[in-house]
Amino acid sequence: MSARRPTPLLALFLRDMQLAWAGGGGPLLAGAFYLGVAALVPLSAGASPERLAAVAPGLAWLVLALASLLSLERLFEPDWEDGALDLLAQGRAPLAAVAAVKAAAHWCATGAPLALLAPAAAVALGAPVRIAGPMLAAALLGGLAFAYLGAIGAALSLGARRGGLLIAVLVLPLLVPPVIFGAAAVEAAAHGGPWLPSLALLAAYALLAVAAAPFAAGAGLRNALG
Amino acid sequence: MITAVSAEALALDRGGRRLFEDLSFHLRPGEAIALTGPNGAGKTSLLRAIAGLLRPAAGQIRFASAQGPIEADEARASALHWLGSADGLKGSRTAAAELRFWSEWTGESPVRLSGRGGPERSGPERERTTLDSVLDALGLTSHAHTEVRRLSTGQRRRLALARLLASFRPLWLLDEPLAPLDARWRTRVGEMMHAHLDEGGLIIAAVHDTLPIGARELRLEPA
Repeated sequence: MSARRPTPLLALFLRDMQLAWAGGGGPLLAGAFYLGVAALVPLSAGASPERLAAVAPGLAWLVLALASLLSLERLFEPDWEDGALDLLAQGRAPLAAVAAVKAAAHWCATGAPLALLAPAAAVALGAPVRIAGPMLAAALLGGLAFAYLGAIGAALSLGARRGGLLIAVLVLPLLVPPVIFGAAAVEAAAHGGPWLPSLALLAAYALLAVAAAPFAAGAGLRNALG
Repeated sequence: MITAVSAEALALDRGGRRLFEDLSFHLRPGEAIALTGPNGAGKTSLLRAIAGLLRPAAGQIRFASAQGPIEADEARASALHWLGSADGLKGSRTAAAELRFWSEWTGESPVRLSGRGGPERSGPERERTTLDSVLDALGLTSHAHTEVRRLSTGQRRRLALARLLASFRPLWLLDEPLAPLDARWRTRVGEMMHAHLDEGGLIIAAVHDTLPIGARELRLEPA
């Protein structure tokens, strides 16, 4: 294979990135959801600056998890419905690699833009500006964990009615550690404390998810084909 | 390069029901099988089982090369083209982009058929020429930059068929390949299948009409 020719997996990554943005669906919907919820918080939790500043980092982080979950339902479903998954199964790459690449493309197309919104939303809600850096790092790593863990749920729920609900039930327990580590890092940064230890734990968990989740998701895809 | 596909005492279940059992066949290079039978007889399921998308309830599907038997997974990953009733084409992408993606995904068979000139893959320039000629062979040149959702049903099927030519893989599994095509394109696609068989390819196609090639009929009857 010549160096100038993209490998099949790179071609799949580029295709998925293009599909995510072409419809405008995934990233824009998740981003709009994120901003919408962030805008509703002062209306429901009360607009007093002290109270908002206290909950802002945690809320920004929580809404990030929910927005990621919302967009994951459609990770494999279109390809499964229209027969593309049948064809992807006939390539040289195993289905675990297909799952890994699709989750990576989802993270780049949806997770990363959401992560950029997270510090902005937290600061807009009154959190101190110094949390922006840790918040961005935590949101990027957390989004990576969400995308790969969510891929397991998305693969296992293929063909099930109310698939989105199933994803939430399957994946939510796995999302607990990144939410705890991420929120702890952001909380520590808000109070000027040491936030790197929590961030390191979050990074470790995200890397574990990236390494292990594709195999489970690939097995789920294989099961959905039969 | 696979040269033979065979099934031995194959049985398939679908939805808790036995579709057929004790089915055997052997297919050699240059041969084609036309799967016929009433709706629900299991034509598509048999194709899916050969493609590894459905696990047989009993029996074996084997692939062999001139050197001897080869692993089914290896054969499926490198030597098999699948054309299902769902074509997997994305409506929001152009015909050329979809064809390029799938030709990159299926790639080139590692061992070439002897004597086959075939598309050379020496660089992007040459590759573009190959894809252009494939689009031309299926009458899609003027639609290369059309979004797939704007193609007619027949044009869309021709784009799905174009994938078979964009990268060489010896075994074609086709589910109702001709259904939405008009008489002229049925003839042309028949010629395409002929050329594939002449190059030593193998074709298994589920059909209701007769195939425009000399194919052995394998009739599935509901058990």
